[in-house]
Amino acid sequence: MRHPFQRPALERFTALDGLDFDIAQGSAVGILGRNGAGKSTLLKLLTRVAAPSEGQIRLRGRVGSLLEVGTGFHPELTGRENVYLNGTLLGMRRGEIQRRFDEIVDFSGVEKFLDTPVKRYSSGMYVRLAFAVAAHLDTEILAIDEVLAVGDAEFQAKCIDRMRRSAQDGRTVLYVSHQVQTVTALCSTALYLENGRLVMQGDVDEAIELYRTSRDRVVLAATDIERRAGTGELRITSATVSSPLYRTTEDKTIELVVGANPSFIGKYFVSCHINDRNGTTLLQCDSRVSGLWLDAGLDQKIALTIRSPWLKPGEYSVDLYVCAAGVLDAFEGAGRFEIHPVLPYEHAVSDEGLENGLVLADFGYERR
Amino acid sequence: MPRTIVINPPGRLPLPSRRELWEAREVLWRFGVRDLKLRYRQTVLGVAWVVLQPLLSAGIFSIVFGRIAELPSDGVPYFVFSFAGMLCWTLFSGIVTRAAPSLVNNQALVSKVFFPRVLVPLSSVLSVAVDVLVAGVLMAGMLAVTGIWPGWPVLLLPVWMVLVALLASGIGLAASALMVSYRDIQYIVPFALQTLLYASPLAYSLSAVGEDIRWLFDLNPLTWLLEGFRWSLLGLEQPAPWQLVAVVVTSVGVFVGGMLVFSKMERGFADVI
Repeated sequence: MRHPFQRPALERFTALDGLDFDIAQGSAVGILGRNGAGKSTLLKLLTRVAAPSEGQIRLRGRVGSLLEVGTGFHPELTGRENVYLNGTLLGMRRGEIQRRFDEIVDFSGVEKFLDTPVKRYSSGMYVRLAFAVAAHLDTEILAIDEVLAVGDAEFQAKCIDRMRRSAQDGRTVLYVSHQVQTVTALCSTALYLENGRLVMQGDVDEAIELYRTSRDRVVLAATDIERRAGTGELRITSATVSSPLYRTTEDKTIELVVGANPSFIGKYFVSCHINDRNGTTLLQCDSRVSGLWLDAGLDQKIALTIRSPWLKPGEYSVDLYVCAAGVLDAFEGAGRFEIHPVLPYEHAVSDEGLENGLVLADFGYERR
Repeated sequence: MPRTIVINPPGRLPLPSRRELWEAREVLWRFGVRDLKLRYRQTVLGVAWVVLQPLLSAGIFSIVFGRIAELPSDGVPYFVFSFAGMLCWTLFSGIVTRAAPSLVNNQALVSKVFFPRVLVPLSSVLSVAVDVLVAGVLMAGMLAVTGIWPGWPVLLLPVWMVLVALLASGIGLAASALMVSYRDIQYIVPFALQTLLYASPLAYSLSAVGEDIRWLFDLNPLTWLLEGFRWSLLGLEQPAPWQLVAVVVTSVGVFVGGMLVFSKMERGFADVI
């Protein structure tokens, strides 16, 4: 603590700017954009959690929000008590909750544990109950932020189905997610945001395409060393992927050099993310788990070898991070490589035999 | 046809709309019930704590101040005298201690769900009121046993209670809003309350206070309220007329002030907390 009483300089940050759009009643709208594009801020404004600094929003009807599952759940209260508390917070009347109580419990499938404090619930049960409450809100507009990432696939499908039916009943659904497949499954139109601005409104597929290619646009900006995120106390001066094209089973090697900074006190570590074409981070290779800590006093040249799992054919990007207490350098898009479309398996199979996993497994079946 | 809601940037001093407060009245109720349930869950003695807490404090006061320090209690048994003060103090300190950290304790709610935020600190009044009601029943029992009858001023007791609640929630509202940005408040509140506990004629009578520092006590709104409580409960001397006026003006003024501070800071809550 060098200046304990000095206030950090405040910088004005405009999270959203110049947004102007109408959403038709009864449509299910996906809101897409990279992290920091302003999606969550937009939902917060629409649900009135945060107040805008300028502009006007007109809403026809009440807004129900499902911004994070289980907000308002209290661990010490029982499932039943939480349904009432949470329902009230989300804007339901007592009579409304009573009427729909059985339906809510049915949907969640936790009947047996209704009188158990939710702190003893498994995380799956917790999510189910919380979602069930929100899904039975009778508001004209329902805002959902990234909540389906939790829960098993079956429950996810049930939720999406539930929301789709809500939209058919004339309710408007606003849905934010990074899971492109759920957006396609649920939404009829989409908004695409970039850096706080509305880039497009309309077709879902078109928005998804913009979202996918946005990665490349950001990556180009990040190669400019001064504009990268992180404190900048240490910088990655070079990064090389050993080959632009690998076979699925081949080892992948990434070499990086971190410049020295003698005035930096302490040791640091590095981390590498491998992302697929949708921007989903498949692998995180943190040097701490292999016991590697580096001295900032010297230039450091490091090589990372990834041996498994097998990656599916396609394009991948590499993000590199230098961290100590916080992120010192975030080099997103430090490299990219492709996986050759030849599969490592003995027998060929049509696409649906492969498409459901994120990576390929080294597996075998035998008759017993 | 659903109502159209228009959201505009908040003005300089955005007071919560009465309509929204009314629509959210169930939230207030649920918060109060939640606090009550949580307070004594997983305790062995359960609700008995409501009774034990004020009894124990009054007991300690009558030993320390009545027996050891031998301070006067205006002719009333010391235990009853200090219990009447405890009634006022429990209401005041209970509301302030529970309201002040309430927003910070409900961080997830404040940053994720919309509802009138004033309900969070205000709901503490409900759960504290239950404690005070229970203590009030004990008080009635004590008066019956000791044969003290205050006469008609007892009718003013609800007025004193409302005034204490207004004063305390005004302070609680401001403290909770300030704590969102300045966590220092969480260290200041207990210290300030402890100081006030000894600086107010709670465990001792105002007649034990020397003339030279009497003006300090006359400045303290809690002195006025405590005198009012004892007038209404124990039939002691009626507070001076100027105190009756001052106590109403101060309590209402502090409540309105707290509300204004809260409203002024409310828009930043979701971002700062």
